[in-house]
Amino acid sequence: MAEPDSKAQTQKPLLQRNTLLQRLLNSAPIYVVLIILLILVRVVNPNFFDANVFLGFLKRSAPVMILAAGQLFVIATGGFDLSMGSIILMVVLGGALLTNNDPTRTWWSILSLLGLGTIIGLLNGAITSFLRIPSFITTLGMQLVVRGAILLASGGAPSGYLPDNFRIFGRGNIFEVGGVQVPWALVVLVIVAAGDIFLMQRSNLGKQILAVGDNPRAAALAGVRVSQVRILAFILSAIAAVIAGILYGGFSGTSRDAGQGYELQAIAAVVLGGARLGGGQGSIPAAMAGALSLQALFTLLNLLGLPKPLRDAVEGLIIVGAAAYSAVRSRHSDNS
Amino acid sequence: MTHTTPPVKMTLTRLRAIPPAYFILLGIFCAAWLVVELFGTGSFMNPDTLTNILVRSVALGIVAVGQSYAILSGSLDLSVAYLISVTAVMSSFIMQGDPQRVPLALAVVLAIGVFVGLINGLIITRLKIHPFIATLSTSLMMKGLLDTGFQNFAGSVPKSFQALAYDGWGPIPYSVLLFLVVAVVGEFILRRTRFGSHVYAVGGNREVARLSGIRTARVLMGVHVLVSLTAVLSGIFIVSRLGSGAPWVGPDGAYDLESIAAVVVGGTALSGGRGSVAGTVAGVLIFGVLDTMFNLLGVGAFLKLVLRGVIIIAAVASYAIRSKHEVA
Repeated sequence: MAEPDSKAQTQKPLLQRNTLLQRLLNSAPIYVVLIILLILVRVVNPNFFDANVFLGFLKRSAPVMILAAGQLFVIATGGFDLSMGSIILMVVLGGALLTNNDPTRTWWSILSLLGLGTIIGLLNGAITSFLRIPSFITTLGMQLVVRGAILLASGGAPSGYLPDNFRIFGRGNIFEVGGVQVPWALVVLVIVAAGDIFLMQRSNLGKQILAVGDNPRAAALAGVRVSQVRILAFILSAIAAVIAGILYGGFSGTSRDAGQGYELQAIAAVVLGGARLGGGQGSIPAAMAGALSLQALFTLLNLLGLPKPLRDAVEGLIIVGAAAYSAVRSRHSDNS
Repeated sequence: MTHTTPPVKMTLTRLRAIPPAYFILLGIFCAAWLVVELFGTGSFMNPDTLTNILVRSVALGIVAVGQSYAILSGSLDLSVAYLISVTAVMSSFIMQGDPQRVPLALAVVLAIGVFVGLINGLIITRLKIHPFIATLSTSLMMKGLLDTGFQNFAGSVPKSFQALAYDGWGPIPYSVLLFLVVAVVGEFILRRTRFGSHVYAVGGNREVARLSGIRTARVLMGVHVLVSLTAVLSGIFIVSRLGSGAPWVGPDGAYDLESIAAVVVGGTALSGGRGSVAGTVAGVLIFGVLDTMFNLLGVGAFLKLVLRGVIIIAAVASYAIRSKHEVA
């Protein structure tokens, strides 16, 4: 919007500042959106940048950020993962079933859930690759299968509770420094983010994922094992959903509605982060920033006292606005 | 620019071929018959059960016909579920049980349908936003506005209006006739009109379609208006069946994802350009037969979810495995 003005200005210091700003806008407009939203939240709630309040915000945002990063792997290969919400439900209800109120079984249960998640991701990827089914359908089917299976296993209602040492990851603090409480969720988030960023931005796998998403045939001809790369992307996505489910279960406890609709939120966050549906483009930090922006938006609308239904409507409006903004931006950078 | 028709050969094969979904439908129908007679309570091959299968398929079927257009053109529409809710709530709210207000209510909901379709089309074509995100957003907006105004069943439809859901022409319920008309008109437009060929062309390759002189944006706008109108018709049927509309009727039926699943189970390629409305009808009936079978066998709701998921994947796998097309 401010572009014509900035081009008209020719004084040197201004020009320099503008090009820097423009570069930031061109590379990932979501960071600007995020900063604006955070500042708006700060205006409404002056305590927002206090360490504990802000860390609490990050704690609430961690599950969706992890989901968005996981979803990005699949979207970058050109697919969708609609099974994430059901995997969260599986972790929350299955965690209660496996631990059976016995804290000594927590670690074993978490490992089993991670294993189950890996199997689900493997199936998603294998069915998509080898049976040549669009992942939209594969993961939609998997969503029904996983939800039905876990509800069947738990008798349709949350049975039992998650033990405290299971829930600590979602709601507890790992340590306290000078009155600042550092939540476990933040530590998990940092570890997952570091791993994801390494895989996507620094490893061969990341480059192969983007190549597969951009043009699977070209990637195959260049020697990429397309099926293997896709399967790995789905496994990473499913594991992200398990980790998010553990945090979510810790934060909110068991419920039959757990996870519902989270896959769509993750996809929206990824798109806000500038990834292209259809594959070939996307970055982990931007996807996480997209998720954080959505959370900041919810916080803002909440603080403004909007009723929940209107918040949904505004959310829809903002997603269209932000997606249109990044679509326009990416067309500009394509042309240049 | 001259108008281009699809090659004759393609039209011929399209006319000749029965969508493979009908063979799956036949197989599942026979299997359901056998299993229900052997293990179920009640019988399968009687007029009541068969009519029940058809009536059960109406709500999903009508909106799935529209969804076929969206998917054939390379788009998709996730906003149908909440549009169905909006239609159901608005019609019963406007009617308030008064038969004289029925035309007004129908006019309003059809206008809402056209409006929502235009908005979806405009966001997709002008703002160049992926249809998944565009329609997800309009869906959220409708959800928000609807939930703000209504928390429960609102108003009611007059008794005479419920005839649509409960009466019939001889043994055939009006609702099934409505579904049939929508499906036949849908298939006709797709096969015999210029707009129909354009839908295939845009879905097959939008850039090539544009370069051969098709106004792709207009086709997509038309497609999204059509999908929204079918969602409105589904909503009208649902409200006539329930007697009153509530904000959750659309999302509870999962009409967004279910309609996409029915279209793809019917043999239409999710990437667009290949498929038919006739196939979609088979896809919807497959779901109807399975639901009825599970009910007669007394299968629980959760196991039904699992089986449904497996069957969606298996049905799509049965065509996809023979195809050489690259998917993601």
